[in-house]
Amino acid sequence: MSEATEAEHLLDLLFLTNWNTRVVVLGVVMLGAAGGVVGTFMLLRRRVLIGDAVSHATLPGIAIAFLVATGLGYEGRSMPVLLLGALGAGLLGIAVIQLLNQGRRVSHDAALGVVLSTFFGTGVALLGIAQQHASASVAGLESFIYGKTASMLQADAILIGAVSLGTGVVCLLFFKEFRLVCFDPGFARGRGLSVLKLDLLLMSLVVSVVIVGLQAVGVVLVIAILVIPAASARFWTDSTGRMVLIAGGLGALGGWIGAMASAIAPRLPSGALVVLALGGLFLLSLSFGGRHGLLHQAIQTGRRTRRIRREHALRAILECLEVTTEEECTVEAVAERRGWETRQAQAAVRALDREGLAVVEHPGRETTVRLSESGRREAEAVVRRHRLWEHYLIRHARFDSGHVDRGADELEHLLPMDILEQLEAELSAEGSASGLPSSPHRLEDRPGGEAPIA
Amino acid sequence: MREVDGPKEPVETGPPPFSEHSADSPLSIHAMTVAYDRRPVLWDVDLDIPPGSLVGIVGPNGAGKSTLVKAAIDLVPTLSGRVRIFGKPFQSRRRMVGYVPQRESVDWEFPVTVLDVACMGLYDRIGWCRRVNRAAKERGMEALERVGLADFADRQIARLSGGQQQRTFLARALVQDAHLYLMDEPFAAVDAATEESIVELLRELRSTGRTAVVVHHDLQTVRRYFDHVLLLNTRVVAFGPTEEVFTPEHLQATYSGKLTLLEEASEALSKHGSSP
Repeated sequence: MSEATEAEHLLDLLFLTNWNTRVVVLGVVMLGAAGGVVGTFMLLRRRVLIGDAVSHATLPGIAIAFLVATGLGYEGRSMPVLLLGALGAGLLGIAVIQLLNQGRRVSHDAALGVVLSTFFGTGVALLGIAQQHASASVAGLESFIYGKTASMLQADAILIGAVSLGTGVVCLLFFKEFRLVCFDPGFARGRGLSVLKLDLLLMSLVVSVVIVGLQAVGVVLVIAILVIPAASARFWTDSTGRMVLIAGGLGALGGWIGAMASAIAPRLPSGALVVLALGGLFLLSLSFGGRHGLLHQAIQTGRRTRRIRREHALRAILECLEVTTEEECTVEAVAERRGWETRQAQAAVRALDREGLAVVEHPGRETTVRLSESGRREAEAVVRRHRLWEHYLIRHARFDSGHVDRGADELEHLLPMDILEQLEAELSAEGSASGLPSSPHRLEDRPGGEAPIA
Repeated sequence: MREVDGPKEPVETGPPPFSEHSADSPLSIHAMTVAYDRRPVLWDVDLDIPPGSLVGIVGPNGAGKSTLVKAAIDLVPTLSGRVRIFGKPFQSRRRMVGYVPQRESVDWEFPVTVLDVACMGLYDRIGWCRRVNRAAKERGMEALERVGLADFADRQIARLSGGQQQRTFLARALVQDAHLYLMDEPFAAVDAATEESIVELLRELRSTGRTAVVVHHDLQTVRRYFDHVLLLNTRVVAFGPTEEVFTPEHLQATYSGKLTLLEEASEALSKHGSSP
């Protein structure tokens, strides 16, 4: 293939000029969306792995449907026949899991494992038998294991589309009930909702999505479209509704990327490509998710660390000034008060300087620092909080006054405003009218200083 | 059969008089036995909660306190016995009962807001397949205001303190505007402010004629919080007005063999003796 035709081929794909590609891509996109939506509820119900057991359990059904159909003289690879077999075996799998789990005979996860592996093993063995008997026509069946979009027909895509649409509609209608059952099934039952019926409804959605997804994604990997988009969506939001939408969107996107890749590389199993795309989206969500992503958390932690260091520096300066009754103090004194290295103290006061809270003089040796007007206000607020908290700990938590400084040091930065007000009201006796409450311990003899907070 | 026309028709066999159920009792339990795996948790419990009372259920761990509350509203199966809520089975009195489960019974990482949870108490009124409408949200907000959580309405529930989470559950029960409230350890691991606000809420409920049955673990506060007390240890040891029933003898019978708890109990009583 020359470069020009290859580029053309890619463009064809991208704009879905080929009718069959268009059908396949659309089908997988809808499948991904439906998997994301229904997977979110299963994930929140903590039952998502049952999807894996169902999908593995379908394989013997597919093989038996093929064997029986060929035995009776029909075309064994007819999709409706195979999917019907898959459905039967999948439902049988669920029933066996329920039976094993009843009365806690076998724990739920063990039941899942037993059914998943036994059914799948049976399926693989049956496929082997089918291969021996009808080696020519059985080739298509293997694509069920890892998925093969290339073998999808228009009718298959329409089936996927219909099931996905139906799943979406049901989830929209029962959104509120599904959410309640996932969050608090006991309360739902108390309010007269039939938890069993809702669970069955949810389960039948899972089974439908898994069955129609078998061809495109394969028995082994179809669980990915249930779990991965839902798990990824949690990094982006704290609302169930948005989580469902985002999971649907991510599932659709992963399906689109996977189906396109599969059209470009038709020999690779399409299930693997879809899963790789979803996995990539998961990594992106884990890293950059706006609510619980790693980057977001790192930024939050960094911000808090900087704030704590700033408050420590402000308080150290103000207390130095209180003790010496001078207008400025040396950075060494600040460092000593905090138990910091001089270098750390230098960095902290320079940061205050940049904010306009302090003025650093004589940079280099003998650096001194003095508070600006706004810096003093800020520092007084910090010291006030610290001392109120110290008094509170002594009075209510019975801390020893020698140890109270350390305890207050660690907790004060996390105090919300309302608690602060409460403390102030309770301890108003401690504060003087002019502003700062007095320190409950002598400021001069601080024991050791705290562990430095970098 | 018996379920339907029990009170009118005398039945020859089985536990006698259903007339024992008083029709205006918010919660009336007769001859109830519950067992988990053949181990009886509740044994032949008889109980008639008077209307408009605040009832504390106390007893040692494993005494069946939570089970009693759950069995009353069909959350756990009973081996025998009957429950009547204002004279009718729970199924037809569902809306009159507000249930507050233990805080640990759910996953607080769940992606819902405080207001979402409060509105869950209205789902049966909103009806199937309908969205939580504005009127429901307004009622949810009212309930949140009553428990002091209005400012937290849009917050994800993991970002609440334990006491605030407990109050979220209370708000979810309050929106139901029920007549009988069943609360499972609402005071467990909450801060002092929350404890006070729950107590205030209970009194407010009582002053409007509601009844509350509360599983409680702190013997020291029983006298202050509840006008009736149920001492439970698989069987009913005693039930009645707190003044009459909350006695050293009954406590001893309830907590027999549990030394530390017994000490706690006597401490509670001596404290009460010195300061009312």
